[in-house]
Amino acid sequence: MESSLLFQLIVNGLIVGTLYGVVAMCFVLIYKSTQVVNFAQGEFLLIGAWTCWWLVTSMALPFWVAFPLTFVFMMVFGIAIQMLVLRPMIGEPVISVIMVTIGLSIFFQAVVKSIFGVWAQPFPEIFPVKSVNVLGLQVQPAYLMSLVVSVVIMVAFAWFFKYSRMGLAMRATAFNQQVAQSLGISVKNVFAMAWAISAMVSALAGVVVGMVNGVSSALSFFGIKVFPAVIVGGLDSIIGAVIGGLIIGLLENLAEYVDGQYLHLGNLYTVAPFYVLVVILMIKPYGLFGTKTIERV
Amino acid sequence: MISSSLVPCGQFKTSYGADTTIFLTPASRNFCILGLLVAVAAPLVLSNYLIALLIQIGYFGIAALGLNILVGSTGQISLGHAAFFGFGAFASAWLNNKFGVPVLLAIPLAGVMTTLLGLLFGIPAGRLKGLYLAIATFASQFILEDFFSRATWFTGGSGGAQAAPISLFGYEVGGDKGFFYVVLAFLVVMYLLGVNLLRTRDGRAFVAVRDHYLSAEVMGINLTKYRILSFGISSFYAGVGGALYGHYLGYVSAEGFTILLSIQFLGMIIIGGMGSVMGTLMGTAFMVLLPEATEAAVSAIKHVTGDIPALTNALAYIKEASIGLAIVLFLMFEPDGLVHRWRLIKSYWKLYPFSY
Repeated sequence: MESSLLFQLIVNGLIVGTLYGVVAMCFVLIYKSTQVVNFAQGEFLLIGAWTCWWLVTSMALPFWVAFPLTFVFMMVFGIAIQMLVLRPMIGEPVISVIMVTIGLSIFFQAVVKSIFGVWAQPFPEIFPVKSVNVLGLQVQPAYLMSLVVSVVIMVAFAWFFKYSRMGLAMRATAFNQQVAQSLGISVKNVFAMAWAISAMVSALAGVVVGMVNGVSSALSFFGIKVFPAVIVGGLDSIIGAVIGGLIIGLLENLAEYVDGQYLHLGNLYTVAPFYVLVVILMIKPYGLFGTKTIERV
Repeated sequence: MISSSLVPCGQFKTSYGADTTIFLTPASRNFCILGLLVAVAAPLVLSNYLIALLIQIGYFGIAALGLNILVGSTGQISLGHAAFFGFGAFASAWLNNKFGVPVLLAIPLAGVMTTLLGLLFGIPAGRLKGLYLAIATFASQFILEDFFSRATWFTGGSGGAQAAPISLFGYEVGGDKGFFYVVLAFLVVMYLLGVNLLRTRDGRAFVAVRDHYLSAEVMGINLTKYRILSFGISSFYAGVGGALYGHYLGYVSAEGFTILLSIQFLGMIIIGGMGSVMGTLMGTAFMVLLPEATEAAVSAIKHVTGDIPALTNALAYIKEASIGLAIVLFLMFEPDGLVHRWRLIKSYWKLYPFSY
């Protein structure tokens, strides 16, 4: 009995972990190419999910129309944020840039709450809700789909950065802005592109989570859970983000298991990632795969 | 730079001591004393509602000054200030309820307890800087929030803790007007301490660590010591501010000390001006009055257009959004804060008719 519960939690952890991984990847994408720590990542999920929800319910569009429309909207949104708010902040101290993204996060969260309210709204049924049996485990189809979608996104990211012209330009910019610019890469476009891709993929993750749990402000909590994931993986490593996401997802569920079976502290899983975050920062601040900057602090 | 150009001609400084006085000119000192007198007289004229706002500016201002010493003067970002503020509130209530420590003594003692906690949570600052430190303090905010909901013996759990009102020589200081003088006294003492701290060797060491940590270390400043010390001092201010908050409300509950309050504290010092003591107070006043101004604006709109239920329902979120918007707009258009604007106004009037 206990071992099957453990197994179920591990599977849950892997599924949630891949979602964390996808969001962490978006976070790292922005950090790597524009050196901005985006505290508003969770709001991208939130806005994307609500937009899609609104298109599907209020506008009564079919899902396959609403979904691309959400993508287009998020692309415009990401580019607009980068151009209007973050571009003037280039060259400002770290704290100013961090505070701008925090300010944006508060602003968007409040605006979204005032438009859509605070209660969770269920997505209209798009996939069958009934759990399917996989290897003797009850798994929701939407979760299975999210697993598939996450893996597809990760493969797409890998292809994009390895072979596509834009992806190579983004990697070059991340490596060295001045050299990239002198080779004819438009750094401005790359910056805007990074925000657009990050916003779009985050929105995708938001829609997937929204389908399973309903759309609510709780989605923005993903933006907070991203920090333990990226610190574990290394702040500037995309592979690290994916692995960090998986580790944090598993850790949360294992913490829940240990808590429920042995410790009975309650709510351990929400705070455990932050203890790990502090420990990792103290012993290995550049994470598992991050670039080591040798510097005495 | 601008402030030095504001010194009237004929003001010569012949010693280092004279150059580091708190007030550069007698006029600024006199204005400060005048302002204090006006504040002392304020409860005689103002309504209870306005006094309550002033009290809020008082206790938030004390905590924000601590954050400004940490962020503005030492250059270390803390996203967990509200947790320390809350710890101070709980600590003071706990000391008073459990051990019967008189409230006026419990408030500074709560500050000391918070200092110890701040020194503990400041240890990462010895190894990290910049955004890594920001993320570490972000984590400490969540860890402390979790602690508040868990440590029932200390905080009363989800029910919260009762905080006794302040009594002085056996008389209970009742009402907002009485409490106003208590907050004012604490504010003056804490601000004097803050201003003087920045004039001492330690204060200059903080600024050196902020401006160039490598040069500071070469000059013989122990970086780890000063980074952690700065956390301790900022936590002391947060603890005292929080304790005042707790005894003012009479009731402390963990829900008040979320990440949003931490962000509001950072907003106060950004809007006021980083590293400026006077700016801290200006920024705090701005942050406290902003929701009031938003509410007034919304009711003015309703007055013109008639009642819109959607607008009334969204009022709480409009207030929240205005905080975020104010932070973003200030960082984009006035990154040096209100204090910079104030200096510009002063230098404009100094040369008023012939500004060339």
